Amino acid sequence: MLKLQGIAVSPGVTIGEALVLDSEGFRIPRRFVERSAVDTELARLAHAIGETAREMERNRDAIRAELGEQYAAIFEAHLAMLHDEKLQRELQTAVRDRNWWPEYAVSRTLRRYAKVFQSLDNHISQRAHDIYDIEKSLLRNLLGQRRETLAAISQPVIVLAHNLTPSETATLDRRFVKGFATELGGPGSHTAIVAEGLEIPAVVGVGPFLADVSGGEPVILDGNQGLVILQPDEETIARYRQELEAAQTVAAQLKEIRDLPAETTDGVRIQLTGNIEFPSEAEQCLARGCDGIGLYRTEFLYLASRTEPTEDDHYAAYAEVVQAMAGRPVVIRTLDLGADKMHARLNIEEERNPCLGLRSIRLSLRQLPMFRTQLRAILRASALGDVRVMFPLISTIVELRQARMVLADVMEDLAEHGIAFNRKMPVGMMVETPAAVMMLDIFIKEVDFVSIGTNDLIQYTLAVDRGNKDVADLYNACDPAVLRLLRRSLDVAREAGVPANVCGQMSGSVMFTQLLLGLGLRQLSVPPSAIPEVKQVCRSVSVAECRLIAEKALAMDGAREVKAYLRDQLRRRLAQAVA
Amino acid sequence: MNGADTVGVQTLTREVVVANSQGLHARPADMLAREARKWQSRIELVGEAQRVDGKSILDVLTLAAEAGTRLVVEATGPDAREALEAIGGLFERKFNEHGTEQAS
Repeated sequence: MLKLQGIAVSPGVTIGEALVLDSEGFRIPRRFVERSAVDTELARLAHAIGETAREMERNRDAIRAELGEQYAAIFEAHLAMLHDEKLQRELQTAVRDRNWWPEYAVSRTLRRYAKVFQSLDNHISQRAHDIYDIEKSLLRNLLGQRRETLAAISQPVIVLAHNLTPSETATLDRRFVKGFATELGGPGSHTAIVAEGLEIPAVVGVGPFLADVSGGEPVILDGNQGLVILQPDEETIARYRQELEAAQTVAAQLKEIRDLPAETTDGVRIQLTGNIEFPSEAEQCLARGCDGIGLYRTEFLYLASRTEPTEDDHYAAYAEVVQAMAGRPVVIRTLDLGADKMHARLNIEEERNPCLGLRSIRLSLRQLPMFRTQLRAILRASALGDVRVMFPLISTIVELRQARMVLADVMEDLAEHGIAFNRKMPVGMMVETPAAVMMLDIFIKEVDFVSIGTNDLIQYTLAVDRGNKDVADLYNACDPAVLRLLRRSLDVAREAGVPANVCGQMSGSVMFTQLLLGLGLRQLSVPPSAIPEVKQVCRSVSVAECRLIAEKALAMDGAREVKAYLRDQLRRRLAQAVA
Repeated sequence: MNGADTVGVQTLTREVVVANSQGLHARPADMLAREARKWQSRIELVGEAQRVDGKSILDVLTLAAEAGTRLVVEATGPDAREALEAIGGLFERKFNEHGTEQAS
């Protein structure tokens, strides 16, 4: 059994089979060969070994001609390892006697050797890289053009990867993914957001561990504690099974409050809305009793396919959500991606610092045809229900005005063509840079609502890349600087009489609910999974008490102190609720 | 080779020292395994904590034998004596450390 500590980014516990995605994206599931096919599979294995050997010989000869005998020796050694009789015997036995799929036999067997080498504490440990090279070549030759993708998963798995790219997560078949664990990443990273959206546990920033696991092995993922447990023993499995059952009981209890309003004990009604990525999540929000969609992220429309989505692609997705919400508000956020995720398509040069680069509204304003396509679809959807549009990452008044101008222009265009839309569709902006907070008293006059995106606000305020595990601990929602920016934003919005919302992970964490209500927030937008819990906390507190908590937290010097205090306050609240 | 001989099977041993400066890394391990495979006898290398198949480069590498390591070569089979002679020679010649493979 191997217990690995990572960063917990999406709660829940799951037990399942591992699906390992290595840096080349190969996934090697545990699969078996039918007895009658063993000879065919053995021949396929032999063929792949032959092909791999020929590749190595070609490489060796090319290197020898170019750099000389000494460098060619590396490939000579690879060849010798590939032809190692013991290895060959082991591979054949795995296929013939255990009926393993050759891909699986290769991956398992070679990784075992690589692990032995890695454990050595002298220069021989470098040979592990050679073994991985051999594994990759063999797999490439075995899989050929049939290289499998995440989209082809057909049974429940826990995805283990070095780092998941947005396009990988966007295309995977969500019905079969029970959880994620990645070597890289921090809180707020892409994997974290997707996992939360899918309501499956996720642990990121685990550090290197993929060499220790093979596809098909049992894995426990503890998204509450941030643990990944490889090769768990019976006792541990039993303990986690119990935990799973207990969690299901709690979930059943929370369901009971689905149809009750999010109203405090002193009668203040809180608007509790959901954050979604995929249209299908609208149903999840409704099933938990939400007041609408407070943040509909539209990036997946852009990431799920290689080509730019058409107006109809956009419209179909938006219409599904708006119709499901049946009159409840739906806030659609325009594209909030960095050029780093799209430069291949948009022909934009690579950026040195994507977080501070051409992204979000900046990108939309530079790619007007793309932006107009999205706005047209949003406007068309506005004829179907209470649709509101929101612009991300506004940091200057010019951006806001430009975006509104494009919107007005698109409206005229639709009107000319006699296409129905809501001319009074509310327009809002995200507050997620310190600049937006400082200037909010000006911006607020030109918007119908604001939504504070805490993830980016924290990142830009504290100057922390939340995906960098070396500094991820500095990324802290409890930091007093963040709390002050929140207070200022909510104060400005209240004075102007403009509705304000908080989306981002902070609003979904019950630790912050009392603080946020105390700061004057009356709208929370949270991941669907957090709706029942946040609602329960809302229903068990009074705004008067929350104000005291907020005052006290804002008087504190450091994040640690604030965190301890808020935790303690939550614990008391829950203890009372149970009693 | 695995115990196929019923008579005259003998196990002979010889102590060797890894004398080449890089230890038993990929190239010497490859040479050793190649040499071992020329013989019918079973060849094993015995280190401080483990015993490995001398005909497998992967196994030999797992010994992680650095310069100065003492090993015992064990040969079992009809040509054990000749095998030990040849393998011992490799160690003595430091696996032709400085390139220039000698034609034998």
